[in-house]
Amino acid sequence: MTGLLSLTTFAPLVGVAVLLAVRAASGDNAKTDALARWIALATTLVTFALSILLVVQFDAKNPGFQFVEDVAWFAGLHYRMGVDGISILFVLLTAFLLPLCIIAGWKSIDKRIVEYLICFLVLETLVIGVFCALDLILFYLFFEGGLVPMFLIIGIWGGKRRVYAAYKFFLYTLLGSVLMLAAILSMIAIAHTSSIPVLMTYKFAPWLQTWLWLAFFASFAVKMPMWPVHTWLPDAHVEAPTAGSVILAGILLKMGGYGFLRFSLPMFPNASEVFQPLVFTMSAIAIVYTSLVAFRQTDIKKLIAYSSVAHMGFVTMGIFSGNAQGEQGAIFQMLSHGVISGALFLCVGVVYDRMHTREIAFYGGLTNRMPWYAAVFMLFTMGNVGLPGTSGFVGEILTMTGTYQASTWTAIVATTGVILSAVYALNLYRRVMFGEIVNPDLKTITDLDKREILIFAPLIIATLVLGVYPNLVLNLTASSVDGLVGAWRAAVGG
Amino acid sequence: MTFAANFSLVLPEVILGASALVLLVWGAFHGKVTPLFTGAAVLALLGAAVAAVAGPHGHAFNGVYAADAAATYAKVAIYLFSAIAIVLGDRWLAVRGDQKFEYAVLVVLAALGMGVTASAGDLISLYIGVELQSLALYVLAAFRRDDAKSSEAGLKYFVLGALSSGLLLYGASLIYGFAGSTRFADIAAVAHGTHGMGLLFGLVFLICGLAFKVSAAPFHMWTPDVYEGAPTPVVGFFAAAPKLAAMMMLARVLGDAFPDSVAQWRQILIITALASVFVGAFAGLAQSNLKRLWAYSSIANVGYALLGVATGGETGLSSMLLFMTLYMVDVTGFFACLQALSRDGKPMETIEDMAGLVKERPGIALAMTAFSLSALGLPPFSGFWAKFYVFGAAMGSGDVLLQWAAVLGLVGSVVAAFYYLRLIKTMWFDAPASPVDKPQPTARAIGFAAALFSFPVVLIALIWLDPAARAAAAAFGHA
Repeated sequence: MTGLLSLTTFAPLVGVAVLLAVRAASGDNAKTDALARWIALATTLVTFALSILLVVQFDAKNPGFQFVEDVAWFAGLHYRMGVDGISILFVLLTAFLLPLCIIAGWKSIDKRIVEYLICFLVLETLVIGVFCALDLILFYLFFEGGLVPMFLIIGIWGGKRRVYAAYKFFLYTLLGSVLMLAAILSMIAIAHTSSIPVLMTYKFAPWLQTWLWLAFFASFAVKMPMWPVHTWLPDAHVEAPTAGSVILAGILLKMGGYGFLRFSLPMFPNASEVFQPLVFTMSAIAIVYTSLVAFRQTDIKKLIAYSSVAHMGFVTMGIFSGNAQGEQGAIFQMLSHGVISGALFLCVGVVYDRMHTREIAFYGGLTNRMPWYAAVFMLFTMGNVGLPGTSGFVGEILTMTGTYQASTWTAIVATTGVILSAVYALNLYRRVMFGEIVNPDLKTITDLDKREILIFAPLIIATLVLGVYPNLVLNLTASSVDGLVGAWRAAVGG
Repeated sequence: MTFAANFSLVLPEVILGASALVLLVWGAFHGKVTPLFTGAAVLALLGAAVAAVAGPHGHAFNGVYAADAAATYAKVAIYLFSAIAIVLGDRWLAVRGDQKFEYAVLVVLAALGMGVTASAGDLISLYIGVELQSLALYVLAAFRRDDAKSSEAGLKYFVLGALSSGLLLYGASLIYGFAGSTRFADIAAVAHGTHGMGLLFGLVFLICGLAFKVSAAPFHMWTPDVYEGAPTPVVGFFAAAPKLAAMMMLARVLGDAFPDSVAQWRQILIITALASVFVGAFAGLAQSNLKRLWAYSSIANVGYALLGVATGGETGLSSMLLFMTLYMVDVTGFFACLQALSRDGKPMETIEDMAGLVKERPGIALAMTAFSLSALGLPPFSGFWAKFYVFGAAMGSGDVLLQWAAVLGLVGSVVAAFYYLRLIKTMWFDAPASPVDKPQPTARAIGFAAALFSFPVVLIALIWLDPAARAAAAAFGHA
């Protein structure tokens, strides 16, 4: 069915229009807010349904782009959309996490609710657009456009240092993006097209590839984020509201990895080969260094943020390993991390909503009062560590297998990251959950309510199902990844 | 060529000149500013724009005057934005009980000067246009005679403007001396193949004089002071139409008179452009007054437009035209919104005054956010497309120096992002101090209309961005 992709992408904007209409009709009051939440939830659920429809209709055997749309836009530009095995699951992930984001802020967001929901819906459109765009300009529009809603989400509904964090997020990302814009413009000037499928087979001169690769790398490495340009992430996470953190860790970071897969590898294969050692080194440092940093954190959210950086190290490593296991593992790891880190931030949100602090030292002995919460947190902690049976394991083992074939040493260093992740994650769990309740404030803390269980249930299912039966994902991505790896091998002559 | 044929080519300017005289006499005898009077001035400008579009193309008066696609494009933009400036200025003065008929006359005269420069095919017609435009603008800057800051702005503008006219004239005289003609076509023929030192000297002076008019660094010093002192609608006017006219002059001089000296003038323009981008970006960080802030923002944006001129050729110059048009929409809209706002009867001029605007006046806050993001060049706002075409032209030029200049220019926009974000932050994140007065309806309406053009989501992009881009692309087709 043509148009389904655009429909999925822009469905949230319909919700935005409805929200604006409702706000205009009934004014700024509690009734509007309640109605607005339901409208936003319904919109995200419809989008999710549409994305499932996409996946169902998707032909996994076809390595090329599907649901392709190509319409002349203006001034010679084209509106091109399409998905392949690499991108379709990110669309699904986005559409899956958004309803949970809306529910997560159901009670904790108490000011400017309509604006809050609009920001999330606009962001959803832009993020889905990033994964579906098959035109460089269109991709850049979606990629860059997402900065504004996220800036507002952090800046308006964030914590104490939200303004600082919002600036840092915006400016860091913008600096990376403008370099990418320069590269995009020169690619268009040289190839005379902005069509991504055409550019994927266009052979740029190797010296030019180097520059273009670096420019794209600047953007995606910041977005990912890779060490040493990761410093915006902990700040942004700590200050963002819970749902903002979920969308940031769960989806926005994946735009970086997706960019590497969609642009850096197929369009600049020679440069990717040249810079492989650089990426491996940066990934290995990220895995070890940020794991150690995570261990020293006193703020739960910051700890999870640093652990995100470490996990993204596995992703970049896998992407540039140049073999099918590595790529498959990277995609899998991104999806799994999207679910698990999103869930972990939601877990932090649960106690933050009750106690309004994220200090690890404040908590302790929560198992006594919150058994359900302890169980849920345990599951996701294990997923984060990469315990077999959870989705985290599959991603890590695949990326490491892939990397081992490309660079044994990198894989060995990365393995220590698995141990370190167990150290910081279990230590966090011990300090927050185990022991007796010492802090008198915690004596009355309540366990998960129905709304929270509703949020966690789909995440638990996803983590376990993907952990036990990863082929659900791997079958979808296999043929596109094979195509990608085959083209890369052919280009670098390996 | 017959007189009638020449006359039909300069019809838009004839309309404006005659209207200015009629309006002057009308105002002098009638004294009061009535809606009819203002309407007549607006109508004259619209009529001139229509005449520019409908009129024939060609060279009038032995090549002294060029009516071509580029001139038409620039004139339509200049006259339309001048008409908007008349409406806005009239409302602004009316609120202050200080309506004077000279305002509309001066704007029409300035527009006439700008139209002449846009069509200039000769150093003399260029200079006449520049002076006519500048003299009208000096007076407009000082329009509130009883206000010390406004008078200071006018004086500063006049003294420094006179200096720049001197540079321009000196350069023109050198060029005339070495080329033996003031006509662009003749100069191009003489300059062809040879790069005589005298001609280049003249060209450098000419570029300096024009850089002053577009307020490009290092000739930008007057801009913040003049913007701060001049009445708000006049600032909106200054930042829009005269900038386009001056850019058009640069395009004319460089493209028509020195097309073969690209390698020579490109270096100068790249340095000026980058200096403007970074001066605009860094100096803007320290500003708290919104007019000064937008002065620096306009310096930075002029830098981008200069990159388009530096690229030269059909694509470069047309990207500059489109850039300036899109920028004019932002800046006019922004100052229209600024003019509409007041708090306890006092105009809101500093960033702090904007605190919590989104709660008080969500519509205006949203529009101002759009203008800021657009001036920053963030997609999908129109400013992104402006930058897209300019940088695209620079990247496609094949000149390594220009390509790196474009990359640096883009990095400069990240620095500038900070002050646009600060404005947005103040409007969206901070709490309002005291209630904002009811906005001035006309100014607000113009601001909202501009916002629609600044935020071209799919539909509006098709309606106006597409034809604007096509017209700009075709403008320099003759070159």
